[in-house]
Amino acid sequence: MDLIIKNGHVVDPSQGMDFIGDICVEDGVIIKIEGTAGATAPEITPETTKVIDASGLYVFPGLVDMHTHLREPGFEYKETIKSGTRAAVKGGFTSVCCMPNTKPVNDNETVTEFIVKKAISEGYCNVFPIGAITKRQEGKELAEMGMMKDAGCVAFSDDGRPVTDSMLMRRALEYSKVFSSPVISHAEDLSLSNGGVMNEGYLSTTLGLGGIPAASEVIAIQRDIELARLTGGRLHIAHCSTAGGVRAIREAKRDGIAVTAETCPHYFHLTEAEANGYNTAAKVNPPLRTKKDVEAVREGIKDGTIDVIATDHAPHHRDDKLCEFDRATFGISGLETAFSLSYVLVKEGLLTLNQLIEMMTIRPSHILGLDKGTLKAGADADIVIVDLNKDFIVDPEQFVSKGKNTPFNGWRLTGLPIITICKGIVKYHFNNNDLTAVGV
Amino acid sequence: MEKDLLDIKSAAAADIELILDTASSFKDVLSRDIKKVPTLRGKTAVNLFFEPSTRTKTSFELAEKRLSTDVVNFVVPTSSVAKGETLYDTIKTIESYGIDFIIIRHQFSGVPHFISKISKASVINAGDGINEHPTQALLDAFTIKEKKGAIAGLKIAIVGDISHSRVAKSNIYCLNKLGAVIRLIAPHTLIPPGIENDVAEIYHDIGEGITGVDVIMTLRIQRERQTGGFFSSTDEYFKFWGLTRKRLDKASPDVIVMHPGPMNRGVEIASEVADSSHSVINAQVTNGLAVRMAVLYLLDSARPRN
Repeated sequence: MDLIIKNGHVVDPSQGMDFIGDICVEDGVIIKIEGTAGATAPEITPETTKVIDASGLYVFPGLVDMHTHLREPGFEYKETIKSGTRAAVKGGFTSVCCMPNTKPVNDNETVTEFIVKKAISEGYCNVFPIGAITKRQEGKELAEMGMMKDAGCVAFSDDGRPVTDSMLMRRALEYSKVFSSPVISHAEDLSLSNGGVMNEGYLSTTLGLGGIPAASEVIAIQRDIELARLTGGRLHIAHCSTAGGVRAIREAKRDGIAVTAETCPHYFHLTEAEANGYNTAAKVNPPLRTKKDVEAVREGIKDGTIDVIATDHAPHHRDDKLCEFDRATFGISGLETAFSLSYVLVKEGLLTLNQLIEMMTIRPSHILGLDKGTLKAGADADIVIVDLNKDFIVDPEQFVSKGKNTPFNGWRLTGLPIITICKGIVKYHFNNNDLTAVGV
Repeated sequence: MEKDLLDIKSAAAADIELILDTASSFKDVLSRDIKKVPTLRGKTAVNLFFEPSTRTKTSFELAEKRLSTDVVNFVVPTSSVAKGETLYDTIKTIESYGIDFIIIRHQFSGVPHFISKISKASVINAGDGINEHPTQALLDAFTIKEKKGAIAGLKIAIVGDISHSRVAKSNIYCLNKLGAVIRLIAPHTLIPPGIENDVAEIYHDIGEGITGVDVIMTLRIQRERQTGGFFSSTDEYFKFWGLTRKRLDKASPDVIVMHPGPMNRGVEIASEVADSSHSVINAQVTNGLAVRMAVLYLLDSARPRN
């Protein structure tokens, strides 16, 4: 046995586990978990075993983010696989799925292989690439999904350049079935968005900024749901932000359509009002919406319409945000705040802790077919130890991500990952205030 | 007063009144034989126009010169902006010269607000995207006051492309603060979302909308809105929403007709209306100078000294 995490409060929704116990790790794999509650005599731990005392702390499967932008290759000034995964482990994530909008686009096995290899040599955690649906994300020809799947892709998405052509989207949903990979839809009707930069409504009029109506998302979600109904393909809706979107997904699930959905912390915490004063940190796509939408997203989280909380971690360089609102790039750097922001839902009683962890571990793993997000014996020892009582103030300057772009600057949050372990190795330790990056 | 004039939306009614009163004094100056005063001698203004503009730019430049301000015109196509410089760097460069005023016209909304955050100079919004054009609203208010005596209680119709008009936006805020009753008249496609929060009376029929009004402000219709699907043709627009002589009869007998320019005769306004005795369009231009002098003068005294 190499490592034992003792006396932590283990919560693992994949096996209905919620008790104080010890997790034993050998060769990077979990070998057993046992409750300490009723144990008569403490087991003798061999001297070579590293012991982590997790008394008073919670122990979860390492978090899984199914929507991350790592920016490499091509946009290394915004983020790299190294800096992005470092941000991931600081945020409690041990697996991230990176979107294909790199330069070049991840639309072929060579780019996929590059990402996979780079992640193995430089990454702090597991990286699962998401391949493009169409070549160069141009929405014209299908990309080589099978080859990319073999090279390591776990899903397909054209991300921020959604497939406009309904026939091509139909084909993508049909063709991807062979590879059992979901198609992830960034649901947006670009013609309705019409170059808009924030939610359409009174505030966009007041600020004189181009508006993106909620209908832009709702129509695209409805189209893709109908295509999923038609094809039986596996559809996943990315970053749902609207009441209408939640309603459409809820109805589709009731009809038995194979659709899953995610949202992100900014969609259940923030409204369009953040854009006041031309605050580019709040410029994100889909845009922050109204109070009514925030409430609907929360309702969707509560009733299971929304399956997953993802980050849509979209790091940008300072220069990309320190400019005209219209010119600023869309996106929020989210990996280092996602857990604490989501834990608010537990504190407010919307979710149980078990439900939250499920949404951030086993659910995304199931959707993508990953053997992650679990502490079952035999699984990789991807583990996060969290202090749920620790308060902190969000300070983007302390982010290890290159992207300091967050509208949550100055927020007081509770619940901080203390130790993140990937394949049995400690990759992040809060007490060292930095990373123990040995033998990555 | 604040050091900047970024928008009318956040301006206090008392400050608007102060600007209008001050403009009256400067209008007197402009009627003298020697029209130049030494008020802002030794101060420097940069006219930073990222969008083509003739009248606003000329008006600001003259206002600056009448106040004895040194004037620098920053012409975008020949500047380093054309070479890919960021706005942040452009402003920091200008700032380094020790500038007192930045007069900014930009195609993107919120740019004056961005500049005010990074510059110590007084920033004057000379039109930003589809957001605001504060000095236009002030000169319009000045003109209405001059012609009508007071603004409170007047019925004022704004006709045309409200959705894309920074002039309309600033006028709505300004005239609301001064107690006018505003009516908007346009097809549904040119009414921006949520504007009913600011203006209760919205009409889609021009005849109905201008009945009994004291002031009509016509807005420029940009031809590219036609390709954007906001209306089908300029002919159809003129037929349904153009300000014609016949329609003018429905307004109050002493109605005044305004236009921020440049006009499209035969699109939003008929020539016989533009050239009629109701038209105050040329007075607007003259008053623009006095109002801009007042703004420069008042902002200069509001700017903190080192």
